[in-house]
Amino acid sequence: MSQPLAPDTPAPDFTLHSTPDQQVSLHEFRGRPVVLAFYPADWSPVCGDQMALYNEIPGEFARHNAQLLGISVDGAWSHAAFARDRRLHFPLLADFEPKGAVAKLYGVYREQDGCSERALFVIAPDGRISWSYLSPVGVNPGADGILDALEKLGAGAR
Amino acid sequence: MSRLRPPVGADDHALGPADAPVTLVEYGDYECPHCGRAHPIVKRVLRRLGREIRFVFRNFPLGEMHPHAVQAAEAAEAAGLQGEFWRMHDRLFEHQDALETQDLVGHAKQIGLESARFARDLESRALEDRVRSDFDSGVRSGVNGTPTFFIDGVRFDESWDEETLFAALRAASQQRR
Repeated sequence: MSQPLAPDTPAPDFTLHSTPDQQVSLHEFRGRPVVLAFYPADWSPVCGDQMALYNEIPGEFARHNAQLLGISVDGAWSHAAFARDRRLHFPLLADFEPKGAVAKLYGVYREQDGCSERALFVIAPDGRISWSYLSPVGVNPGADGILDALEKLGAGAR
Repeated sequence: MSRLRPPVGADDHALGPADAPVTLVEYGDYECPHCGRAHPIVKRVLRRLGREIRFVFRNFPLGEMHPHAVQAAEAAEAAGLQGEFWRMHDRLFEHQDALETQDLVGHAKQIGLESARFARDLESRALEDRVRSDFDSGVRSGVNGTPTFFIDGVRFDESWDEETLFAALRAASQQRR
C-alpha cells in the first residue's frame, strides 16, 4: 500500500520533461501554490477523466494563482499527443526515466502495475506539502479536495 | 468522502415526491455518450422505484471536450422556462447527434415550445449563469466525470449498470423507513 508524503513535509524537488525539448522543475514555482496530480496513464478511455476535468476549470486554479502539473510515467511524446488530442491547457510531466522516480519520492508508485497511483498534492508557496490525498486507483478523485485545500491555504496566508 | 454541495433545493429540476425516502442526483452532459447510455437506465430505475425516489438533474457540460454541450444544457434550461425541462432533457439524450443550434430550435418546435421565446432564452446570460452555477457546484461536490451520481448527497462510486444502481437506491430507501 502506498504511503503518500504527509502534510508539512517539504515537497521533494524534481526536474522532468514537459515536452520532448522542455523541462520543468518544481522549484520554479516557489512563491505560488502547486497542485501535483499523479495519474496512472494517458489515454484512459473514459469521458471526463481526471485531466479533462481539471482542464475545464482553469479559472479555479487561476483564482488561487496555483500552477497545476499533471504527472504520469508516460513519455513526453505520449504526453504531447494526449495533450493535443484532449486540448489540455496545463503541463503534463513525464516521470519516465528513471521510470516512476518522482512518484517513488512522493510515496505513490505502484510497483505491481508499473505506474503511479491517483494521488494529489497541494504544495504551499513555501514548498511544503499542505495537503495530500490518495484515491482508489479506479476512482477519479475529482477537484473538490484540491479546491478546499487551496482555499485553506489562501485563508492561512491572509 | 465527496458530498453534494449545495444540497438539493427549490431551484433544482426534480422528478418525484419531495419527501421521497431516497434522492438520486445526476450531473450530466447532453453530448457525453456515457450519459446517453445512462439515460434509459436511469429511467428504468426510476420506474421500478416509483414513489420511493426523487430524481434531480444538474448540468455538467464538459465544454472543452464536447463543443455542443454547453448550449444543449442551455436548451434544456430554456425549455424549463416554458415548463418543459424534462421533455427537452429526454429529447436531447435521445438525439445526441443533433445538437447544433438549428437542431435545438427544431427540438423546441417538436415539443411544442414557443419558438421565438426559446431562441431568445437560449441566448440569455441568465441561463448561461445557471448552467455555470450547476457546473461549479459539481466541481465542489467532487463530480469526477460524466455521469456522476449522488445518492442522498454522497457520491456513488460504483458502476451505474441498472442492477447495481437499483440495489443501492433500494437499500438507501429501505434504510430511511
